[in-house]
Amino acid sequence: MSDLLAVNKLRVVYGQIHAVQDLSLTVAEHERVCLIGANGAGKTSLLKAIAGMIPHRGGSVQFAGRNIAHLSAHQIVPLGITLVPEGRGIFTRMSVAENLAMGAYIRRDKAVVAVEIDAIYQHYPRLGERRHQPAGQLSGGEQQLLAINRALLSRPRLLLLDEPSMGLAPLMVKAIFETLRLAHQQGVAILLVEQNAHLALAHSDRAYIMANGQITQHGNAAELAQDRSIQHAYFGE
Amino acid sequence: MDILVQQLINGLVLGSVYALVALGYTMVYGILELINFAHGEVTMFGAMVALAVISALLGAGVDLPGVVIALLGLLTAIPACMLLGYGIERLAYRPLRHAPRLAPLITAIGVSIVLQNIAMLIWGRQYISFPPILPQGYHTLLGARITDVQILILVASLVLMVALTLLVQRTQLGRAMRATAQSPQLAGLMGVDANRVISLTFIIGSGIAAVAGVLVSAYYGLAHYYMGFLLGLKAFSAAVLGGVGNLAGAMLGGLLLGVIESLGAGYIGDITGGFLGSNYQDVFAFFVLIIVLIVRPSGLLGKPSHDRA
Repeated sequence: MSDLLAVNKLRVVYGQIHAVQDLSLTVAEHERVCLIGANGAGKTSLLKAIAGMIPHRGGSVQFAGRNIAHLSAHQIVPLGITLVPEGRGIFTRMSVAENLAMGAYIRRDKAVVAVEIDAIYQHYPRLGERRHQPAGQLSGGEQQLLAINRALLSRPRLLLLDEPSMGLAPLMVKAIFETLRLAHQQGVAILLVEQNAHLALAHSDRAYIMANGQITQHGNAAELAQDRSIQHAYFGE
Repeated sequence: MDILVQQLINGLVLGSVYALVALGYTMVYGILELINFAHGEVTMFGAMVALAVISALLGAGVDLPGVVIALLGLLTAIPACMLLGYGIERLAYRPLRHAPRLAPLITAIGVSIVLQNIAMLIWGRQYISFPPILPQGYHTLLGARITDVQILILVASLVLMVALTLLVQRTQLGRAMRATAQSPQLAGLMGVDANRVISLTFIIGSGIAAVAGVLVSAYYGLAHYYMGFLLGLKAFSAAVLGGVGNLAGAMLGGLLLGVIESLGAGYIGDITGGFLGSNYQDVFAFFVLIIVLIVRPSGLLGKPSHDRA
């Protein structure tokens, strides 16, 4: 498989802090990759830098063979990368329907979009029932489902997710990972940052372990899940 | 009774002009949290450009109905002001996008002064009169008088307010504007180019200001390089009264302020036993501004600003 995303020696600086230091990772077409690490390891900074939300200080980001490191977020979305940010990033004062419409902002095939949005309402009746209500009134889990479905409406080739399960009840977490499984089935590649290492490894093909802005380990997700040192560090076992 | 109705009519007419100008303040504030103090001057430029075109056409002896000549003036003023508004944002505010908030605010005051001086250099210090090319008739309503120009102002303002509301609530651009207002970063993740949305916001607000400028100069029959200052401050007060950042609030605040000002000017003599006269008209806007800032800083329709994502 060829690399869809290739991050090479990326460096991100936040004020005085070197959030990401000479970091390299790849995500292949249709691959599910997770990134595990303690708080402050630089995971969010890495995702933001890939999505064009924050500038980098060196290295390159190749997406589908093209250098995208100098592009800003609104230029990257049409290329096929969409980030579901930490804390969901819902437009709280806009309705559920308008949030979904924003997800399809870059698309011109509005008739097809309308059909896809209807399908989302069918599949998630809670979103359908509340389509005209401010999205800020949804529960945390519903907001996360909305955020992920909104992101998928931009038809990404690569979906970046920052802590999608954070603060959610187990049933909601299950619903969210089911949504990601369906998206993956449709051919979307996934780069997942997740605090819940068990969950992340179970839903990934490959995994990177990150600490202090650098990759410390990487490999097959199933093998890393068996690794004693990782069990010790991230599962609390 | 008829004096009350008359003051209400005058107040609504004046208030609808304030509302149009207030929309420009509130749209920009909603997205950038910047009070664009140069907005009053954009309104003034609208009046000046239109009058320049009108007097040029009249001077050349063009044989067209007065309404058409006025319309040609307006249709020149709108794109001119749009260009001006775009230029102000591009040159003065965009370079300061990430600067501390005080910097663009002071820059806005600077731009306002620069524009006043440019207008003075081009059109001089004297008052420029609006030629009597619009219908001069009037109608009687509940014992009060409403002129054709007043009706024109009310209708034009209403049409613009409805159109802007539809644009913001129903179109993709309007959605992008509201999304950018809530969070430019988040809107960027949807593929929205925040700079483009900001430019369009300035362009739309300035176009509306051009119409307001032409209407107000037609109403008073005058234009002057300094007219944008007081008009701008009053419209700003109207925006704060309604809840700055809130479109419906700007409209409501504008109309209310116009009515308060008009009633105040009409009755201040009676209330103070002749001690203060209607020349104190301009005080009311700022009196209202002070009351609002003390009693309800978020304005009539504004929400406390801490809910920004």
